[in-house]
Amino acid sequence: MSSIDRQRRMAMSLSNKSNSNTESPRNVGGSIALPLQPLVSVRADRRSWIDASQLWEFRELLWFLMVRDVKVRYKQAALGVVWVVLQPLTMMAVFSVIFSRLANIPTDGVPAPLFLFAGLLPWVYFSSAVANASNSLIGSASLVSKVYFPRMLLPSAAVGAALVDFAISAMLLAGLMLIYEQPISPQIILLLPLTVLLVLLVLAVGIVMSALNVKYRDVRYVIPFVLQVGMFITPVIFPLSFAPEKWRALFYLNPMTGIVSGIRAAVFGLDLPIAAMSSSVLITAVLLVVSVTVFRHMERTFADVI
Amino acid sequence: MAAILKSIDLGKEYRLGGSTEPYQTLRESLKGLPGATVSRLRGQKPNRNTFWALKDVSFEVEPGEVVGVIGRNGAGKSTLLKLLTRVTEPTTGGFDLYGRVGSLLEVTAGFHPELTGRENIYLNGTILGMRHAEIRRHFDEIVEFAGIKRHLETPVKRYSSGMYSRLAFSVAAHLEAEILLVDEVLAVGDAAFQQKCVGKMGDVARGGRTVLLVSHNMNVINKLCNRVLVLSEGELVHDGSVQSGIDTYLCQESENVETTWGEDDTPGDDLVRLTRACVSDVGDTPRGVFDIQEAIQLEVEFTVQSTPEYPLAPNFRVFEPTGSCVFMSFDHPNHYEQPVYHRAGRYRSVCHIPGNLLAEGTYYVTACVSTRERRIPHVFVENAFSFRVHDTMQTGSARGTIYTGPFPGTFRPVLDWDHEVLQQSENSPACLTHS
Repeated sequence: MSSIDRQRRMAMSLSNKSNSNTESPRNVGGSIALPLQPLVSVRADRRSWIDASQLWEFRELLWFLMVRDVKVRYKQAALGVVWVVLQPLTMMAVFSVIFSRLANIPTDGVPAPLFLFAGLLPWVYFSSAVANASNSLIGSASLVSKVYFPRMLLPSAAVGAALVDFAISAMLLAGLMLIYEQPISPQIILLLPLTVLLVLLVLAVGIVMSALNVKYRDVRYVIPFVLQVGMFITPVIFPLSFAPEKWRALFYLNPMTGIVSGIRAAVFGLDLPIAAMSSSVLITAVLLVVSVTVFRHMERTFADVI
Repeated sequence: MAAILKSIDLGKEYRLGGSTEPYQTLRESLKGLPGATVSRLRGQKPNRNTFWALKDVSFEVEPGEVVGVIGRNGAGKSTLLKLLTRVTEPTTGGFDLYGRVGSLLEVTAGFHPELTGRENIYLNGTILGMRHAEIRRHFDEIVEFAGIKRHLETPVKRYSSGMYSRLAFSVAAHLEAEILLVDEVLAVGDAAFQQKCVGKMGDVARGGRTVLLVSHNMNVINKLCNRVLVLSEGELVHDGSVQSGIDTYLCQESENVETTWGEDDTPGDDLVRLTRACVSDVGDTPRGVFDIQEAIQLEVEFTVQSTPEYPLAPNFRVFEPTGSCVFMSFDHPNHYEQPVYHRAGRYRSVCHIPGNLLAEGTYYVTACVSTRERRIPHVFVENAFSFRVHDTMQTGSARGTIYTGPFPGTFRPVLDWDHEVLQQSENSPACLTHS
């Protein structure tokens, strides 16, 4: 139990006592045990990079914000959760006709619909989570300017809420693999760390974009555009091997390359793109540090500029 | 005695113009970057137009104190509460809190219109800092207090605005906080609910919790607080007894006889802008203190930017310090029969209050220019100015020249009385009869 928790408990039991009206008005002069250390201490010139104990303290709020995001998304939609399934399935159908049948893009020996769906799975999550996260702060402007809580919870909740769609799509993929009688390789165990990496990357991008969006509303227009282009510079609808040799290095600079082709390799038991995956890990780590730093710096003025 | 709240040289600086340009575009920032970098390298501070909303405010609050925070609009009251709730961060100094802070500011902020009442109680409670178990424990009380039992499973967007704010207030009021920050939320709901809120506040105050209460309502301050902080232009000018605090505040208030606005900060919308509002005597000289027998003029000057579709009606609302409206008055009250259309230009409207009408006391005036058909307030300035009425006990006033005691009533007109003798006893002593 952290010291904050202990103090909180102490303080709470104190207020419980004073709440029950059976007691006579409390003796203001003395007997109250105040915590020795302040519960909250704010100084203009003192800030930590990231306050882990505080984030832990607010875990319930993160959960409720996530639940809110999920619930709100499908409220008053007649088809409700069906939309989660309908969207990727339609995309898969359209893309398999256009790219595999008409343009004849290779699919590494995997049936085209499966190949495309496995690529779309992480990409759709990436793009919807980044889009939601980057709008999360300005979408809750009244909350940000009126109530205190760690601001990072808002983009994080958006990223977490999108995981529900991701999980449903993943189950859909499993179903499709059964239908296509696609063998499952032991490499599939890598799906878990790759998903964690994907979530971290989405967090990194989402957090910094949400902060920039507060100050520069340009972000709102840039994001959909970049996401649209991004799909074609990431091996989503084509294998990494399809990218020309001399451009390959550029593809490695895109952290989604390693994740998308890695997930596909893990699911279908293809050769793992080790170089691309390592580059993803490295770039994600750097992005995460930069993103949190920028966010913490800009956070100070959120309530004043939003 | 240890303090539960300790504020040390707390200060908050805001950039001017921040309200009209809340955010920059990326291009503007990039354009400014080279210059800013160069001047920063040279050790120059960026040349910014700033003001201090709060400056070097230090005070300590002991557990169980109920402290009123008063001051004019813009004195820094809300900034102080915003800092203490950590919504915004201080520019200088800091503060320590030795207990959990609950706030009754902006209670509806955490609500999501699509979610049901039940879901919102949990969401909003968590946002305010309650634990899940704590909310569950108080759930029935919260529902009971808000009186929304039948609508628990309805999305709050279908609530009436009264139900909405009652529920929000109820959630916030059940937070088990040792330090409670309150900012005029007593204004939510109908009269019965307000009564309930004042009652709850009283319970809270008597229950030994520490309360910081921001209000313009001197009655509430007087009733609930045992200490008062007065802020003026961001600085703490009084920290002590309630009565002398209220006096300090009222003194400041009555200095506010005239407000003029420059080109950039004039209140109003695209149609009407206020340029000046003041209180003056019959000789048009701005003045804040009047004898009860003197006539008082309330003036407003405004520019009309383009010709409006509907007749404009400048109006004043005059308030007592308790916050209740004494009267409201429109220019052109007969405009339904004889509409007065303003064209673009500058105008001055003067409202004449006759002498011997208002009782002694301080009055606060809200200046407003609105379109009456549509009830659009184009300009609405609360506390645009204030004035005081004194009774100097001269012949001609309703009080007379001898009696100095309390004289109730907001109005003190000199009225005509008829007097007749219906029956008179011959045997009574002469001094009791009129001759």
